[in-house]
Amino acid sequence: MAGAIWAIGEMLDGEPTRLTRELATLAAGLSADAQRPGATVLVGAGAAEAAPSLADHGPDVIAVDMDPAGRPAAAVVAEYVAALVREREPAFLLIGASDDGRDVAGSLQAMLGWGALVSAAGVRWTDAGPQAEMSVFGGRLTTTSHLAADHGIVVVRPSAVVAQAGPRPGSVERVEIASAFRLADVRVVDRIVGTTGPVAIEEAMVIVAGGRGVGGPEGFVVVEELASELEGAVGATRAVVDAGWIGYGHQIGQTGKSVRPQLYVAAGISGAIQHKVGMQTSGTIVAINRDPDAPIAEFADLMVVGDLFEILPRLSAALRSRRAR
Amino acid sequence: MRIVVLLKPVPVVGTEKLADGWMVDRSSGLEANGNDEYVLEAALKIVEAHGGEVVTLTMGPAPCTEAIRKALAMGATRAVHVVDSALAGSDALATGLVLAAALGRMEYDLAMAGADTSDGQGGIVGAAVAVHLGLPYLSYAAAIEPDPGAGTVRVRRISPTGYDVMEARMPALVAGTQLLGEPRYPSLRGIMQARSREIASWSLADLGLGPAEVGSAAARTVVDGAVHPPERAGATVVREAPDAAVERIVDFLSARRLI
Repeated sequence: MAGAIWAIGEMLDGEPTRLTRELATLAAGLSADAQRPGATVLVGAGAAEAAPSLADHGPDVIAVDMDPAGRPAAAVVAEYVAALVREREPAFLLIGASDDGRDVAGSLQAMLGWGALVSAAGVRWTDAGPQAEMSVFGGRLTTTSHLAADHGIVVVRPSAVVAQAGPRPGSVERVEIASAFRLADVRVVDRIVGTTGPVAIEEAMVIVAGGRGVGGPEGFVVVEELASELEGAVGATRAVVDAGWIGYGHQIGQTGKSVRPQLYVAAGISGAIQHKVGMQTSGTIVAINRDPDAPIAEFADLMVVGDLFEILPRLSAALRSRRAR
Repeated sequence: MRIVVLLKPVPVVGTEKLADGWMVDRSSGLEANGNDEYVLEAALKIVEAHGGEVVTLTMGPAPCTEAIRKALAMGATRAVHVVDSALAGSDALATGLVLAAALGRMEYDLAMAGADTSDGQGGIVGAAVAVHLGLPYLSYAAAIEPDPGAGTVRVRRISPTGYDVMEARMPALVAGTQLLGEPRYPSLRGIMQARSREIASWSLADLGLGPAEVGSAAARTVVDGAVHPPERAGATVVREAPDAAVERIVDFLSARRLI
């Protein structure tokens, strides 16, 4: 039988991440189209306990339940996946484009000598194997690519598919395997948990982002209020992150995160190229800016000319009363 | 402290275009990748505190020289430029092999790279280079603190919930982010000094690699095509007073089923 398609999972606080569930759904779809086996591999402390809910997405789960013992999760995952690949010879690995996922993908690329398609916004099955769609040059161009060999890695961005339950749940196989590789030693000597909790802007369906027009850290209150009404996340431009108004985890653009929510509300954001490249593939873009000639008017769907401090609170209130109806 | 900074010259963001064979056009207008400049700044600060030197390592075509010269003007003391016509079209796998081969011929306590690049977007080459060389890999660094006496380095790595503090022995490879701090501007003196600083040019043969192992010849990924996504229809402009404007926003979002 042709080689399997594996999704490589990731856990946060003992739970598979949303991106992991998306990868499992993607593996289910691709393996059905390719008529190849599919599986999701989950490595880490608590993997066995987390596995059944992940199996609901369809593919069988291969769980390696082990304690990373103070080593970085990405290194440990890469070592065990490499050992499993040697033993079971799957053909394609789907890996999430998270920080840890990229580290896993890079390590596996070198350990296995496999090609890698990166930053896939969508993946479909073709006669030539998985074909990845990638948004390049800040969204000005969309490329499609495939792997030259009959095996390889595809690094998949959040929201390539919507995670959903499979027609029937997969099985859970708990595996005890020695990792055949040992990466150079790195120790996690301390974990510092921030006060804000995880900032999942890459996974958010709605983002309300603030720029210089927000005026200062206290100005983000109205941005946060609207984000909360829309059940979305708070984004920011580099200028306001540099100014210390909000943390780097919120930064969207060239040296921050690239996002593609269904709705992007840009408040007090001029739309400089460094920001634009991180958000211009969003579904609908609504801009609120006092300057009708701000560059963002050129790529917004709705350009509201006005003071964000007058608009945002009223919009939050309107959404609240609409929901109450 | 001897530090090698991996420096990738990329097209200025917003001006990227394709050349023949679906390759990124690198014929002119290249500047240092954003994250690489933050890393270079961090390396220069480490050397200012502990002594030593910063050397840059670049793989790319001849037009990379201008960006390399700027790094020298910022304070790197010399540069290595791996340049060979067979390198064009290299994928991530080949890039990792070439950079590892070059680093294998250099002496360093720390190799440092940007967490990802604006043109490639992969963010996977650093980890691959570390594996090839058997180096500890510390990524997504917000702060880098070497302890030359103990021969170790500590990195604050961005995590989904805050920071992880990581430690490893040197030599090690660190991939860094914007949180390392704003890069300096070259001084006039730096620009003058950069003119006489050495840019060593290394070919594939110098690295012991053959032309079939890299470039388009060895690429494990194949581009099938590229299209321009459909343009947005142009913004509907709302200029009403706040209450009326909000009503229009709500109608707009509702019509698109976003609320």
